[in-house]
Amino acid sequence: MQEIQSLMGGFAVAMSWFNLALMLAGVSLGVLIGVLPGLGGANGVAILLPLTFTMSQQPGGATSAIILLSCIYWGALFGGAITSILFNIPGEPWSVATTFDGYPLAQKGRAGAALTAAFTSSFIGALVAVILITFISPIIARFALRFGPPEFFSVYLLTFSAFVGMAKGAPFKTIAAMMTGFALAAVGIDTVTGQLRLTFEIPALLKGFDFLIAVIGLFGIGEILLTIEEGLEFKGAKAKLNMRVVLETWKELPRYWKTSIRSSAVGCLMGIVPGGATPASFMSYGLAKRMSRDGEEFGTGKVEGVVAPETAAHAAGTSALLPMLTLGVPGSPTAAVLLGGLLIWGLQPGPLLFVEKADFVWGLIASMYLGNIVGLIVVLTCVPLFASILRIPFAIIAPVILVICAIGAYTVHNSMFDVWLMLVFGVLGYVFKKLDYPMAPLVLALVLGDRAEDSFRQSMLGSQGDMGIFFANPLVGTITSAALLLLFWPLISRAIAIARGRNGRGG
Amino acid sequence: MTRRTTAKTLLAAVVATAFSAFTPAFAWEPTKTVEFIVPAGTGGGADQMARLVQSIIAKHNLMKQNMVVVNKGGGAGAEGFLEVKGAKGDPHKIIITLSNLFTTPMATGVPFNWKDLTPVRMLALDQFVLWVNKENPAKTAKEYIELVKKAGDGKMKMGGTGSKQEDQIITVALQKQTGAKFTYIPYKGGGEVATQLVGKHVDSSVNNPIEAVAQWRAGNLRPLCVFDNERMPYKNKVAGDMSWNDIPTCKEAGVDTDYVMLRGIFMAGGVSPDQVKYYVDLLEKVRQTPEWKKFMEDGAFNQTAITGKEYADWVAKAEKLHEGLMQEAGFMAKK
Amino acid sequence: MEEGKSVASMRAAELVMAGVFLAFGALVMWDSKRLGSAWADDGPQAGYFPFYIGLFIVVASAANIFRALNLGEKGRAAFVEWGQLKMVLSVMLPTCVYVALIANPWFSLGIYLASALFIAYFMWRLGKYGPAKIVPVALGVVVFFFLMFEIWFKVPLPKGPIEAALGFN
Repeated sequence: MQEIQSLMGGFAVAMSWFNLALMLAGVSLGVLIGVLPGLGGANGVAILLPLTFTMSQQPGGATSAIILLSCIYWGALFGGAITSILFNIPGEPWSVATTFDGYPLAQKGRAGAALTAAFTSSFIGALVAVILITFISPIIARFALRFGPPEFFSVYLLTFSAFVGMAKGAPFKTIAAMMTGFALAAVGIDTVTGQLRLTFEIPALLKGFDFLIAVIGLFGIGEILLTIEEGLEFKGAKAKLNMRVVLETWKELPRYWKTSIRSSAVGCLMGIVPGGATPASFMSYGLAKRMSRDGEEFGTGKVEGVVAPETAAHAAGTSALLPMLTLGVPGSPTAAVLLGGLLIWGLQPGPLLFVEKADFVWGLIASMYLGNIVGLIVVLTCVPLFASILRIPFAIIAPVILVICAIGAYTVHNSMFDVWLMLVFGVLGYVFKKLDYPMAPLVLALVLGDRAEDSFRQSMLGSQGDMGIFFANPLVGTITSAALLLLFWPLISRAIAIARGRNGRGG
Repeated sequence: MTRRTTAKTLLAAVVATAFSAFTPAFAWEPTKTVEFIVPAGTGGGADQMARLVQSIIAKHNLMKQNMVVVNKGGGAGAEGFLEVKGAKGDPHKIIITLSNLFTTPMATGVPFNWKDLTPVRMLALDQFVLWVNKENPAKTAKEYIELVKKAGDGKMKMGGTGSKQEDQIITVALQKQTGAKFTYIPYKGGGEVATQLVGKHVDSSVNNPIEAVAQWRAGNLRPLCVFDNERMPYKNKVAGDMSWNDIPTCKEAGVDTDYVMLRGIFMAGGVSPDQVKYYVDLLEKVRQTPEWKKFMEDGAFNQTAITGKEYADWVAKAEKLHEGLMQEAGFMAKK
Repeated sequence: MEEGKSVASMRAAELVMAGVFLAFGALVMWDSKRLGSAWADDGPQAGYFPFYIGLFIVVASAANIFRALNLGEKGRAAFVEWGQLKMVLSVMLPTCVYVALIANPWFSLGIYLASALFIAYFMWRLGKYGPAKIVPVALGVVVFFFLMFEIWFKVPLPKGPIEAALGFN
């Protein structure tokens, strides 16, 4: 096994005290960045890029530099879950789906369990992805090359199909909310024609609606307003505050092994393709809800509902580095910044990187193992600390959260307009909740709408308007069919039931 | 003795401080953090260059104040340009340009023009190369164009970054020159385009050297010609026994088209000559560092780097050129 | 006014919300028409999808309006009671003032000072805390963010007179 040998070499590079200290520092910074909404992994890495420049110019320094930056990324992946669970505020886009069950769990006083499940699943997702990268990266890289616009569109359709049909409540409200998400996603410049859409000559609208602004407002501010209406306190203050909760949750986790495997697979696929960690988390949550025995109770605070999106998000986030290294295509915004970093340091990501800079690549891969272990230890030991935040009286923590939201909204684009927008979304979130408009379809449409439309229209340009392109080869045909099957499953299953019923009566 | 030395040092320090307090009278210097605005997203070519400049300045202590890079890529860069336009007289904001300095206002009608800004200096010119997949039978640009013509109008796909921007403009210019017709497919980033070409989802691209070099070296792509009026000067072997210098110009290859992209620095309008001079000098120091030189060679940039009136004239000429190309292609925003 | 008194009925709230969506959908359709909303030879034009998205919003909102009008007894239930609204406003209004104070054309405090004041006000007004608790919390949080953004990460946030006086600008 040549890989094992290379990997051992990598461990030798990554295992210096200096590098281990960098990992610890990187992961801790990353967690902090992940916790703060707005200041995401991509921003965090970009901000620290100049810091690593000097480091990268020393011999062997490029490995240390990438270790520091990638560990910030792992930290951010871990950290995104914390505010999602505690306050219903997703610190990162990929932790939106974590709020669906994580926050109800915290309200029930099980914040510790939710956090432990989230961190542990993140770790497992990452581990699966790193193992994949270690052993079969050339095969994966070739697979990723097969994805053109029609394939991307079919993957987005699959994500969407996995998730819709879940929303309960009034169908027309779901449609209104979802379509609003699509409409907001269309605001700004249109990639395919370069025209400005729905901007009405207002400069602030040029950059479009950022997913994070909407999510901070709808989920975070909206939740605070609802909490206030009920009286001034957070539920779940009686969270257990010792390390035993970690062990207890670990005992429960093996039960969800099917979900873990499925979510890792979804995550790796979406990371490699690259479809991104956010769609991966939504798709995985949707599939888990459909396939789990407790699927009906998802959304009320099931540990499994935390396991699914977190495993997938971390698997996708980690495997997104693979197309970056082997193809020079970033699988996520953070990977895009890391890629820029490599170029600035004078490295050329691409097929030859594994050959020419084997030390660097295997050092990085080894640091993925180590960094995630370090990260898991850091965040798990902090579980009681995080959970205890819920004990702080509402009148102290609420203004601090509002301040964090304001700073977060500002840092997304350095724009005050976004802070106001966040408040508007906050009011909208409050009204949505009270009138039973579902929010998840809106945010999913907002995050996928733009990309799905781009890939659809790119496909149409390529095929000159022929829809057959979505079935043109086995790969795209399979994904499209699976997506359509999932989308119309409620109708199909009803038809099957009716057919069976008739047969029953007939016989 | 010791005391006197201390006193002397102290005196020297006081004098030095006094002098440094006076220096602003002689030469302007930033008095607060300088914002380096990138009118594009994180990770792209302009972003990389801005962050490299920031890193070099920090590493070599070229500036007393900090420099931060701020991405404002909304509306094909309009967000960033409008910000600098609105910061009239503010010497603590500089912006790096892509061709969207010209194309965005023309294609979208968003009201700004380079004349709203103060030209500081050109950093480099980015090259464009015509690339095909290694399995493409065409060995030269001429052969490829013949293939495109033979396949029929719109049958061959050209991948590029963005719509109505540099990649599509080159495609249109190439079509005009040769009579071949492509279907242009816009993607969001250059790396994505290169990969799509390797995966044969498009037939050719006009990627910048730095976007496609890794795939070229791995033997997945083949460069046909460079869209400049002379060959790239870099003679180090890059891919196999080929160097950048071995790629013919498109003119040599018989498809006479040229286009280079400005990587230049601008400031807000209404700033003083002193302030412009500060940044001209600062960036000159950056250009002299080994890190910058290595980056230029890695990315096979055209290292033309002019300042002052020469630069402003160049920009004015480039604007005219873009106006002509955009008008012909029907890319201008409807009034 | 009585705390438990209804400020708005469910029906009214449903109608307003659906009305807002309807207007939004119409706006989207109108702008898409301008862009061209047909299916051209090479696939959909820029306004094609937004146009139908707008149409869907309009149709769904019309259906929601129809449903709201036929809510019956449920429609008379309170959407929000006066006491609740007062609580919500007691947070929402100061938050708006806070955001306005961060940066505006006339009188900006910068994000740090505004945040400190906001936290202090909130703790005093809604938590009935004394200065012994308010000052350390408000200052501590703000100083932490200041160190983090301005010193460590070098992310410039909106600043005001205090920072200028201290030489950070």
